[in-house]
Amino acid sequence: MKETNGIDSKTYMNLEILRFTTVGSVDDGKSTLIGRLLYDSKSIFDDQYDAIKKSSEQKGESTVNLALLTDGLRAEREQGITIDVAYRYFATPKRKFIIADTPGHVQYTRNMVTGASSARLAIILIDARKGVVEQTCRHSFIASLLKIPHMVVCINKMDLVDWDQDTFESIKMHFKAFASKLEIADLRFVPISALKGDNIVNRSKNMDWFDGPTLMYLLETIHIGSDLNHVDCRFPVQAVIRPQSTEHHDYRGYAGKVAGGVFKAGDEVMILPSGFTSTISSIDSYDGEIKEAFAPMSITIRLEDEIDISRGDMIVRVNNVPHISQDIELMICWLSEKPMSLNGKYGVKHTTKEARCIIKDIRYKVNVNNLHRIEDDKNVGLNDIARISIRTTQPFFFDKYSRNRTTGSVILIDEGTNETVGAGMII
Amino acid sequence: MISSYNLSHLGELEAEAIYVIREVAAQFENPVLMFSGGKDSITICHLARKAFHPAKIPFSFLHVDTGHNFPETIEFRDKLVKEVGVHLIIASVQDTIDSGKVSEEKGPNASRNALQTTTLLEAIEKHKFDAAIGGARRDEEKARAKERFFSHRDEFGQWDPKNQRAELWSLFNGRKNAGEHFRIFPLSNWTEMDVWQYMLQEKLDTPSIYFSHKRKVLKRNGILLAASEFIAVRDNEIVEEKIVRFRTIGDMTCTGAIESSASSIEEVIEEVASARSTERGGRLDDQRTEAAMEDRKKEGYF
Repeated sequence: MKETNGIDSKTYMNLEILRFTTVGSVDDGKSTLIGRLLYDSKSIFDDQYDAIKKSSEQKGESTVNLALLTDGLRAEREQGITIDVAYRYFATPKRKFIIADTPGHVQYTRNMVTGASSARLAIILIDARKGVVEQTCRHSFIASLLKIPHMVVCINKMDLVDWDQDTFESIKMHFKAFASKLEIADLRFVPISALKGDNIVNRSKNMDWFDGPTLMYLLETIHIGSDLNHVDCRFPVQAVIRPQSTEHHDYRGYAGKVAGGVFKAGDEVMILPSGFTSTISSIDSYDGEIKEAFAPMSITIRLEDEIDISRGDMIVRVNNVPHISQDIELMICWLSEKPMSLNGKYGVKHTTKEARCIIKDIRYKVNVNNLHRIEDDKNVGLNDIARISIRTTQPFFFDKYSRNRTTGSVILIDEGTNETVGAGMII
Repeated sequence: MISSYNLSHLGELEAEAIYVIREVAAQFENPVLMFSGGKDSITICHLARKAFHPAKIPFSFLHVDTGHNFPETIEFRDKLVKEVGVHLIIASVQDTIDSGKVSEEKGPNASRNALQTTTLLEAIEKHKFDAAIGGARRDEEKARAKERFFSHRDEFGQWDPKNQRAELWSLFNGRKNAGEHFRIFPLSNWTEMDVWQYMLQEKLDTPSIYFSHKRKVLKRNGILLAASEFIAVRDNEIVEEKIVRFRTIGDMTCTGAIESSASSIEEVIEEVASARSTERGGRLDDQRTEAAMEDRKKEGYF
């Protein structure tokens, strides 16, 4: 099955990573599409192929069911559905890909949110026979809410509508009408057949009317270099490094992952919440000093002055400070069967900071099918999306989610069960 | 291919893993790093050194020892632990057997692989570890593909794959009740290829059995097993000498070798790039049933 796919020890050292997610309704063929991508890019191994071939035969299926590759749990294989996010990996000589294959069933929407939160591209699958359905709207809305910068709408099962161009164009128009109400930076459409392999890796011979790029070409070439924020300097302190050894007696470094901007030695910085200023004396790593640090690097910063800094503090530039407040406005996706409680208290996490919060107001819920505001029913239950305001026990340092996905996101935690119950995006 | 403010994939994976390891140190009181001496745990060990440099790694290492290890692995383990300067705890499957908590499997395919779970959970309970960092990767196996970075275990050490905590952005929720613990997988997004590439880039040393060598082997269920005192040779099996190497290092009773002449990391990388079977395709422990890994993981396996 697997030939060498052009990767060797030299070319492979310097690839970009594209993290993408596949979403769509049940039976739209997500797992089949991923199986196809892996198969056609020669990323499926003989033993994996043999195993799913055997399973397909046992189930009496006439062709090898590529979807079985991603359904990793016994319950998923038994029911033929995806319950939880499955991660898949493959590489071409151009890029390394991390796929989050997410469930289509409504009750597993929270897992879709999990898969989508780290994705830079979303593939939205639509069954050509069914067109845009409720789940398509819900998933596209979540993808846009999570600010996935690139969206590729794959209209699948074109083989079942006789490769008909009009069907494709009409679904495309329908989707565009819905999407005009969403904020999608980069939107593309590809007519495919995941089952037959048309326009996945290889160009379709059945749809010569389509002159756009194949799905794989898009995945390999879409520009992702500017998706991260390299403007606003944000460094949430994760830990303080104090070696306590004679060799590094006075060493005091602030370890963390750059959340935005570019940091250099000599930069004047401000520490939040204290407001003290200092200068970066060096940016350290195990391999020596680093000239410039940018997202998403994990580094250690040293300052010229001794200031009391601990986990949860943030190092920023003096002239570019985030919002500092205890009152935060959020769009929230509710992940728990236990409804959100107005005036209820929850644990809240933001970057490396942890506090408690109270739900001050539920402003409205969103009807995900038409994006209308629902103001007369404020009962926020599992999979609901709502605009709320919270008040935290201490000030947070944050940006709008649309400006920075790291400093603009929070999770809410049920203090009784310890479960993560809400995914919040700061407005 | 890479613009000026873009990390290579190895850089991005390294930064992610270091972040995860630092989160463990911050969120848990008594974490431990599960160390087998294999390439994934060697990589984790290196990343942990980077995460806290110039300070020392702030947690102990734990090796669950089946007593059926390759001697080369143990030798390597001891050398590395000394070099890094961490405390190594050895939890022995033999001790668990002697205490009567589990009994040795019988028959020609007997392996202590599954018994490790009890030993591991005992060690976690005895030392009151609240987080155990492991080198498991999602690309290894289909049940592992479902894992979170921070994976919750109940007071029995069980994993509930159908009801996992949502894991959003890089906001890891390590909250738990007394007696529960977390398994942490910093290499979740790495592939076999990434690990080898990283070892090449970082010039990391590995046990010699990852590279080609002469060894007496026998073929069982299509897998080449190293001939050793732990394997009972059946009448129809022939022990012969071959040039082999190992793609994964586990217990001698279930880890298969491949015929290979790859004698350097570069050659291993070329071989992995053109491999026709998966890394764990040579693991008898995974082949027992289609859900062998899922079933073991639910009970608390690595």
